[in-house]
Amino acid sequence: MTTPDTLTPNLLGALLRSDRFRLEREADWQRLEAIVLAAEKGRLRRISDEDLLALPQLYRTVASSLSIARAISLDAATLGYLEALVQRAWFVVYGPRSSLVAWLRGFLGGGWSRAVRGLGVDLAIAFAVMVAGVLVGWLLVAHDPEWYGALVPGGFGDARVPGASAATLKGTLFGHGGQDGMGAFAAFLFSNNAGVSILSFALGFAFGIPTLMLLVQNTAILGAMLWLYHGAGLTIDFAAWISVHGTTELFAILLAGGAGLHIGRAMAFPGERSVLAAAAEAGRRAAQVMAGVVLMLIAAALLEGFARQLVDNTPGRLAIGGFMLAFWLAYFFAFARGPGEVREWR
Amino acid sequence: MAVTGRARATRAIPTRLARTGRDRTLVTPEGVALPLTVAGLGARAGALMLDIAVLFTGFLVLIIALFSLAGGVAGMIGRLGTGREAPLALQFVVVLMIVLTFLARYAYFLWFELGARGATPGKRMTGIRIAARDGGRLTAEMVIARNLMRDIELFIPVVLIARAGVDSGPAWLAATAWFALFLLMPCFNRDHLRAGDVIAGTWVVEAPRRTLEAPMAPAAQPAGAEYLFSDAELAIYGEYELQTLERILREGREAVLEQVQATIAGKIGRDVDPWRARPFLEAYYGQLRARLEAGMRLGKRKADKHASG
Repeated sequence: MTTPDTLTPNLLGALLRSDRFRLEREADWQRLEAIVLAAEKGRLRRISDEDLLALPQLYRTVASSLSIARAISLDAATLGYLEALVQRAWFVVYGPRSSLVAWLRGFLGGGWSRAVRGLGVDLAIAFAVMVAGVLVGWLLVAHDPEWYGALVPGGFGDARVPGASAATLKGTLFGHGGQDGMGAFAAFLFSNNAGVSILSFALGFAFGIPTLMLLVQNTAILGAMLWLYHGAGLTIDFAAWISVHGTTELFAILLAGGAGLHIGRAMAFPGERSVLAAAAEAGRRAAQVMAGVVLMLIAAALLEGFARQLVDNTPGRLAIGGFMLAFWLAYFFAFARGPGEVREWR
Repeated sequence: MAVTGRARATRAIPTRLARTGRDRTLVTPEGVALPLTVAGLGARAGALMLDIAVLFTGFLVLIIALFSLAGGVAGMIGRLGTGREAPLALQFVVVLMIVLTFLARYAYFLWFELGARGATPGKRMTGIRIAARDGGRLTAEMVIARNLMRDIELFIPVVLIARAGVDSGPAWLAATAWFALFLLMPCFNRDHLRAGDVIAGTWVVEAPRRTLEAPMAPAAQPAGAEYLFSDAELAIYGEYELQTLERILREGREAVLEQVQATIAGKIGRDVDPWRARPFLEAYYGQLRARLEAGMRLGKRKADKHASG
């Protein structure tokens, strides 16, 4: 490689100005390239502290080299190299900054709850729709018990059909403590519920209408079963049975539905922004909510798979369910109404 | 920071020979206009297929490993155990299976796109990556949003198609239509956005890598040079021809060099030196570049041979 030092002054003088410009700065470019390459390969630890500190400065230097080169040089190979290098460095300097741990800390320490509060009206709409779904399920079955078979999927519970005796129904709620396979059951529940929640989020893309349908369909099952147990005088026992995991799981479904609606509403009514900009903004907030929903569903599956079977009495179950509900409400809504929050609300 | 449209993009990139309708310009916070090229549909499809192949192979290997593990454990229990461990071991395998399926479905794309290269192995192999559409920082939320959408774009319709089977006409048709709608979405917008990109505010761009090539080292003051061209002889060509000449010289194919020498010599009325194509062209390149770059410094640019100046 020829560098300015190895050339005699005479030869250097004979070079084009643009080539002299290149020779003077080449070392910086190649230093930046080496750092960027290491960063791209995930070997940040192997970069020396000195290089890491120099990265932003080097990036700016090379970016300005590109600007100057564009104005004075017609060397296409050098210009192409600089463009590719500045682009790569830009991705490193402005790339995803945080490590997974740092992101998780920011996420749990306020980012998630802020995103949930940012859903605003959509959360209220999703809640209203879920309540309406329960009512619809109840009323339909109360009007005509035939509906029960249509609403509650077959095999969902064999003993739990209209006309079953109170003792049979009670048997479905209690006395499963010694069962095997709780771990597999919990994993299955999680995978299934996470799938449904992500679906209700993703379907928000179709202006939120499929999300609403999914919410109604899922809560109508709850309404129908509530009616069934109410008929047998087991309302409180059933509510306790479902509240162990239900307060967490239904809350997660509420958030997922709200997230889906948030996207759907932003796309249907983008306001002054373009549809793309509105969708992207809503999508980012909703995605943050969804990452939390997956965490909540893990908690719900553990509660459903283990806690519900191990705590075999109504007061204990109500206590767990109530505590979880209070915990989530406090986590999302009780704290952090800082000055930064006002802008978030628009 | 802003990304400007196509109309401005062509003027902002004077340095490129090949231009496609996929070129965009990104203005960095330092005010440097960076050319970006939206990834082509072929590269996108290739990347997806590679990723699915990687996922499928990895999943298959894991399943086989798990089953042989379960088999080994069962054999051990048969010899040593009391017979009560079997359900536990089986349960462990089932839990692992469910968790792995979940991870394959959601975590594979997430993990790799959150990395410094912003690309899954398939995308790396096809030379593309994801970036924020507004020119800002690519955040974790964007990557999450774009990959959760993959569920309704890819996995759910495929499962539905498989479940419906070809026999049940309407259901199969509906599932296929759903699949096709999302799959073809990138074909129908300028930036090749899929539904996940729309939601996340991301796009997929080419991630070129170039090495710094040796300078052509043309002389500015060719005193005593073999070939000297007059200003009139140099004035017939512009930047486009200069960069074409640079490419030809770097590629260095003898037949092409001779042909180009013949063209240039014919145009400026010189004799052709049959065995001296390279020195002739290098001298012409150096002096043309010196002339055009001197013009640049004075604010005069000549885009190609049709332009005046």
